[in-house]
Amino acid sequence: MLKYILRRIIMLIPVLLGVAFCVFTLLYFTPGDPARMVLGDLATDEAIKEFRDKEGLNDPFLVQFGNYIWKAVAHGDIGRSYSSKRPVMQEILTAFPYTLKLSAFAMIIAIIIGIPCGIISAIKQYSWFDTITMIFAMIGLSMPVFWLGLLLILFFAVRLRWLPSSGFSTFKAMILPSVALAAQSISMVTRMTRSSMLEVIRADYIRTARAKGQKESIVIGVHALRNALIPVVTLCGLQFGQLLSGAILTESIFAVPGVGRLMVNAIMSRDYPMVQGGVLFIAVTFSIVNLLVDLLYAYIDPRIKAELK
Amino acid sequence: MDNMLDIRNLTIHYEVESGTVHAVEGLNLTLGRGESLGFVGETGAGKTTTALGIMRLIPNPPGKIKSGEIIFDGENLLDKSEAEMRKIRGEKIAMIFQDPMTSLNPVMTVDKQIAEMISLHKKVTKSEALKLAGDMLELVGIRRERMHDYPHQFSGGMKQRVVIAIALACDPELLIADEPTTALDVTIQAQVLELMKELKQKFSASMILITHDLGIVAEICDKVAIMYAGRVVEYADKRSLYSHPIHPYTRGLFRSVPDIDEDVDELPVIPGLMPDPVNLPSGCAFHPRCSMATEECAKVRPEMQEAEPGHFAACPFCVKKFMNGEAL
Repeated sequence: MLKYILRRIIMLIPVLLGVAFCVFTLLYFTPGDPARMVLGDLATDEAIKEFRDKEGLNDPFLVQFGNYIWKAVAHGDIGRSYSSKRPVMQEILTAFPYTLKLSAFAMIIAIIIGIPCGIISAIKQYSWFDTITMIFAMIGLSMPVFWLGLLLILFFAVRLRWLPSSGFSTFKAMILPSVALAAQSISMVTRMTRSSMLEVIRADYIRTARAKGQKESIVIGVHALRNALIPVVTLCGLQFGQLLSGAILTESIFAVPGVGRLMVNAIMSRDYPMVQGGVLFIAVTFSIVNLLVDLLYAYIDPRIKAELK
Repeated sequence: MDNMLDIRNLTIHYEVESGTVHAVEGLNLTLGRGESLGFVGETGAGKTTTALGIMRLIPNPPGKIKSGEIIFDGENLLDKSEAEMRKIRGEKIAMIFQDPMTSLNPVMTVDKQIAEMISLHKKVTKSEALKLAGDMLELVGIRRERMHDYPHQFSGGMKQRVVIAIALACDPELLIADEPTTALDVTIQAQVLELMKELKQKFSASMILITHDLGIVAEICDKVAIMYAGRVVEYADKRSLYSHPIHPYTRGLFRSVPDIDEDVDELPVIPGLMPDPVNLPSGCAFHPRCSMATEECAKVRPEMQEAEPGHFAACPFCVKKFMNGEAL
């Protein structure tokens, strides 16, 4: 098992190098001179030349890339933001707790609502509960998050004045962004749980459990659920990874100072080191979440654990 | 004779989109204490449905037990509440399912799956139940060391042994084995059958063996019931059925078994197909395929008649011929 984890971590290295290379190349070829961007239109040619020399902007492409990677690996330095002048790493680490909190809340909401709804929908297939749940799941899935976010603000913040419309400092302020972000995940978790459960409750081993004289609640809650959750865990992991990296819209709407908003602002102001660092950081978190999911998967399904040995 | 199981006029239907499937239609069957009954019929004849009906495990919807009685130990199982049925399932009546590959929970170790059965019906602690589970595994020929393994770590034959261990864990009075060897290859089949025969003796349980293999029936059972389109068409003890089958369907079945001493190019088959269970033929369900059918056969549904002591067949025409000593 340990060997497997190590191997997976080592496999992360080429992935991250690849991501870094792609982002670096894209930004390298983007029109516009970073030196001008930083120093402004009024800077003298001399000042610009000096800046380019100092920052190594005149070096060949591969040398620049090599320097970037070397600094990142050796000193954890992935550049300095052009606009705030602070280290990119520091900026990201300040913003990340907000994103993490927001994603975690959204995921918890999705699991707490999605899994029970999915189970009930499956065991009461075609009942009114099932129908209504599936309609809501469809709405949740197809509604764009910015639209839902705006509706939530309009209703709960503007009209009812129950909850604040922006910020992320108090628990109350966290509710609306978390719900908006969770909507799609709730729907996906519900649908996945339902279909997976429907498949499992027709399985032969469920009949075996019933033939033992086992109570229906245990047949469903123990025998069926554990098997049905295997694909749901994968989905939740992927969703969580996506939430961590993709909360950009939600963060913008609710003015949550997280990584997503940092990225949007960086892109708007052509803050290349920031964009680069942000994308790299997202790739790292996504990969780590995926690794954790795979490990969890092995824990739930003994067949997979056996393969890892 | 003391009948442990007496099924009277059992009718089970499945409501599906295309209509009502008459899976079991007015079935009568008795089983004495300690007897083994071979339950033979083509795929779709309603064997498994009958077995699930006895366990009251017909998936509902779409299935429903429409009418009839299932008298087990003097009590009608169809009058029992779900809670009472749970006490009977596993403890009094246990079932071995067809496909061992899918009959075990893949995320649970086998000892826990056996212990679950024991804990449900016996007053023992968890550790005692697990110890008994280990004993059961040894009894079916699996080493105790393997009790903490998961189903995927066993071969098909061994999985079926585990399924048998689960079924016998609480010493049931009646064991229903639904094609227990169909999914296994021939050598493993022989081993599993041998094991079942041995354990049946040891636990002195009655058994219903569902199969479409007349050879297996000959090896294990005392009595045989031949099922066709939801009804029992012939019922007799093994000896008289194998020496002189009466019902045309049974005779057709026996004719299609190859004879090892004879060199034939083509086996005789029963012409036609099983009737559509949504749309059963009127009268005798077998009449469209029967070479002896008369107009009468399409009108009246034949009842079971006793041709000789203990040998019943649902074909008045053949029974009469048999009793007159004419050749069939």
